[in-house]
Amino acid sequence: MLTPIHIIFYIFAAVAICSAVTVITARNPVRSVLSLVVTFFSVAGLWMMLRAEFLSLILLLVYVGAVMTLFLFVVMMLNIDRETKREGFVRYLPFGLILVVLTIGLIAMGVGPTYFGMTQMPPPPLEPADYSNLQQIGDLLYTDYAYPFEIAGVLLLAGIIAAITLAFRGPVKRKVQNPSAQVAVRPEDRVRLIKMAPEPKQGT
Amino acid sequence: MNNFLLWTALVTVLLPLAGSIIAGLFGKLLGRTMTHRIAVTLVGMSFLLSCYLFKQFVIDGYPAISDNFYTWATAGIAHFEVGFLLDRLSATMIMVVLFIAFMVHIYSIGYMADDPGYQHFFSYVSLFTFSMLVLVLANNFLVLFFGWEGVGLVSYLLIGFWYKRESASFAGLKAFIVNRIGDMGFILAIAAILMYFGSLAYTDVFGQASALADQTMPLLPNYQAPLMTVICLLLFIGAMGKSAQVPLHVWLPESMEGPTPISALIHAATMVTAGIYMVARMSPLFEFSPAVLSFILVIGGTGALFMGLVAVVQYDIKRVIAYSTLSQLGYMAVALGASAYDAAIFHLITHAFFKALLFLAAGSVIIALHHEQDMRKMGGLAAYLPVTYLTFVIGTLALCAIPPFSGFYSKDIIIEAVKLSTLPGARYAYFCVLIGAFVTPLYMFRALFMTFHTNERVALEWRDHIKESPMVVLMPLVALAIPSVIIGQVLVEPMLFAQSKLLGNTIFVLPEHNVLTQLSVDYHGAKLMALEAGKTLTFWLAIAGILTAWLFTAVFPQWSTAFKKRFAWIYRILVAKYGFDDFNQIVLVHGTQETGHLFYDVSDVKLIDGVGVNGSGRLISWFAGTARRLQSGYVYHYALSMILGVVVFLAWYVGGF
Amino acid sequence: MPSLTDFLIVAALLFGLGIGGIILNRKNMITILMSIELILLSVNTNFVAFSYFLGNYVGQVFVFFVLTVAAAEAAIGLAILVVFYRKRGTIEVQDFDTLKG
Repeated sequence: MLTPIHIIFYIFAAVAICSAVTVITARNPVRSVLSLVVTFFSVAGLWMMLRAEFLSLILLLVYVGAVMTLFLFVVMMLNIDRETKREGFVRYLPFGLILVVLTIGLIAMGVGPTYFGMTQMPPPPLEPADYSNLQQIGDLLYTDYAYPFEIAGVLLLAGIIAAITLAFRGPVKRKVQNPSAQVAVRPEDRVRLIKMAPEPKQGT
Repeated sequence: MNNFLLWTALVTVLLPLAGSIIAGLFGKLLGRTMTHRIAVTLVGMSFLLSCYLFKQFVIDGYPAISDNFYTWATAGIAHFEVGFLLDRLSATMIMVVLFIAFMVHIYSIGYMADDPGYQHFFSYVSLFTFSMLVLVLANNFLVLFFGWEGVGLVSYLLIGFWYKRESASFAGLKAFIVNRIGDMGFILAIAAILMYFGSLAYTDVFGQASALADQTMPLLPNYQAPLMTVICLLLFIGAMGKSAQVPLHVWLPESMEGPTPISALIHAATMVTAGIYMVARMSPLFEFSPAVLSFILVIGGTGALFMGLVAVVQYDIKRVIAYSTLSQLGYMAVALGASAYDAAIFHLITHAFFKALLFLAAGSVIIALHHEQDMRKMGGLAAYLPVTYLTFVIGTLALCAIPPFSGFYSKDIIIEAVKLSTLPGARYAYFCVLIGAFVTPLYMFRALFMTFHTNERVALEWRDHIKESPMVVLMPLVALAIPSVIIGQVLVEPMLFAQSKLLGNTIFVLPEHNVLTQLSVDYHGAKLMALEAGKTLTFWLAIAGILTAWLFTAVFPQWSTAFKKRFAWIYRILVAKYGFDDFNQIVLVHGTQETGHLFYDVSDVKLIDGVGVNGSGRLISWFAGTARRLQSGYVYHYALSMILGVVVFLAWYVGGF
Repeated sequence: MPSLTDFLIVAALLFGLGIGGIILNRKNMITILMSIELILLSVNTNFVAFSYFLGNYVGQVFVFFVLTVAAAEAAIGLAILVVFYRKRGTIEVQDFDTLKG
């Protein structure tokens, strides 16, 4: 049953997974950040297939546009040594691999087709033409979930304050004048008179 | 009148205590003369009061009084009271005890004259008198036990009086510990009595005795033992410790380490007879337990014969007399077993007099020879110490049951009574006491001849200094010799054969056990008994014993050496005292020490300290040290453990499908 | 339309890869933060898939909030990382062992 939509699904899924692998295995940190961006793009495509248009675009705008840009900034700023040795990676690879496979396998077993297959969970019928995903979300968000919405806003405020407090270390190498301090200077702070006996002449 | 008599008894008991406290606390202040004067006077007054009480209760027949002075404690059903029981038996006993104590107090003035602990000695002896009086006059088991323990304690203090001598302290400890073993049985008996009779007072217990005669008690989970047998057996175990019956007799010969006056007072006349007195007092209980009476017969008989045999091979004059005491205690026990309680008390009284006399006379010899006790270094002293010699002869004749001295009456009655007893073990006991009648004169006359006759073996430098002891030593000897001669004749009829006996209804005997009434059929008067002695086997056995001793010691001493060689194995067994002491030392003492070491090294050091205390500390340190490594500080390690947890949950969840 | 199972398996794969990124990485801290983003992404995909197949839009609202929180958390995480780099001069994961027991 290989309809076109299936093909699209498989393409997006494959791209997402390949780029996710690149994220974790790339040696160059910039490359891994950019692979994460590609992952986000393909997953946004998946979401679009699932009729979550608003969310997929928000994913691209907010996540890729803001968070990934932030990541890139930090990567560039931190001046990471690209050639650091990758010791220990190969030693722990089998163990980590087993763990990963185990995790994926167990989850896959848990969400197998017996429970979530086509017969148990059929796709819903197509919506009418004036369907607006945005309106659906907005209806919920501003009525039932208005309170969590406001709190999310406060959370973001807290995040801003925290980030600034952490990273800000005051002005560096700035020559700024403080006029009130300049005006308030007293002569005693600047000049000190010392009485000294004259030194005897050394020879003529 | 009741109250007056009770208060008299209380004063009688407390006067020696006052003497003890004054001598103990103020002895150094008052000096030697003042101390002994006070102590002797107080005991003398006590003795006079006891004579008055004897007159009231025994001669005038005043009815018995039992009253409590003071309630010490109450706990549920148990009332612990302090009180006295004044009746014929106790009045008789306290008079005897106080007479001997008075004589010993006077004697000690001379014997302990050059001892640095003079005042202490008087304090202890008076304290002993007080404890013994409390024991005798008690009207309930608790006060009895108080006196019981008191005499045991003072005995320990006095045996170890010369505490700088290691053998003396060892002997004191041995006496106390062996006594304690007996006391263990005694305490169990008191507990059983409290549990089943509901009271500790004599009147209550004796009143209920016949009602509870068939009662059983669960000794083991599915074994019901007769109550009376258990109680009486436990009581007798207490008596065994105090009155040195086999096998708890081992402390008595060692107790000769103490000064001779206390050997006379405690280990001849009073403390060792406490057990006999207690059994006689408890006759209402013992009569209902024929099994224990048989047991007493066997134990008493064994002691009577076998301890006498050991006396034959002793060289220390005090040891000879000590083993003689053990043997005579066996006789008293045999009398108790045959239900002839009056005879046992009669022998107790006569024995108190002549045994104390023998000890004090031996003491007189010892101080005359400047504390030499080995008979091989004596001899021919009759010429030097006439009064001592004479009193010693009187004591010996009394002990060997030669008529008309007092021992003849008491001992022969016992032998006859045992012959008539029908309990199992009576045949054996009869055999033992009969042979004992031969052995007793054998060892006593051997001692007599070795000490006072035969050639002089005294060390040369002392020979010119031997003189008779001072008056203060001789007077008690004479005072004790007189009763040794006459008291048998005087008391035999009133005590044993009269219609209303001297001890009256303080002694309870069941009709089927009553051998004395059977004997009284044949009794026709004291003089006749003495004259007819020639018809009895025991008399001729005694004569044979005297003759044998004379031959082997005085006439043909080489026969005794030859005898020793010929029967060396018997000699060795006797010298080793049947191995009781060795057994105790090796098995019990070393065994206990080794067990203690085992418990200390293994269980205490290794197990409790090593595993428990230190071990738990080490375990926690090890665990903490290992757990510390989980805190590696690496975030991804922590993330890893989280992920592992997630995987485990997943597996569990999926596996649950 | 692929069944729900297919979407969920894709999400599971992304989740597993995110976890692998956390465990298998020694090089730098940023990889860990990115792996966390991957994990959050997979969870969001789960929510969206269920929301579609069950016809319930609450799932999408939840994704909305998850996105918000994830953004805030990424920002703060990076701020902490920057401060740490200033102190230590390195962002190698194995050098972050000050809290060792």
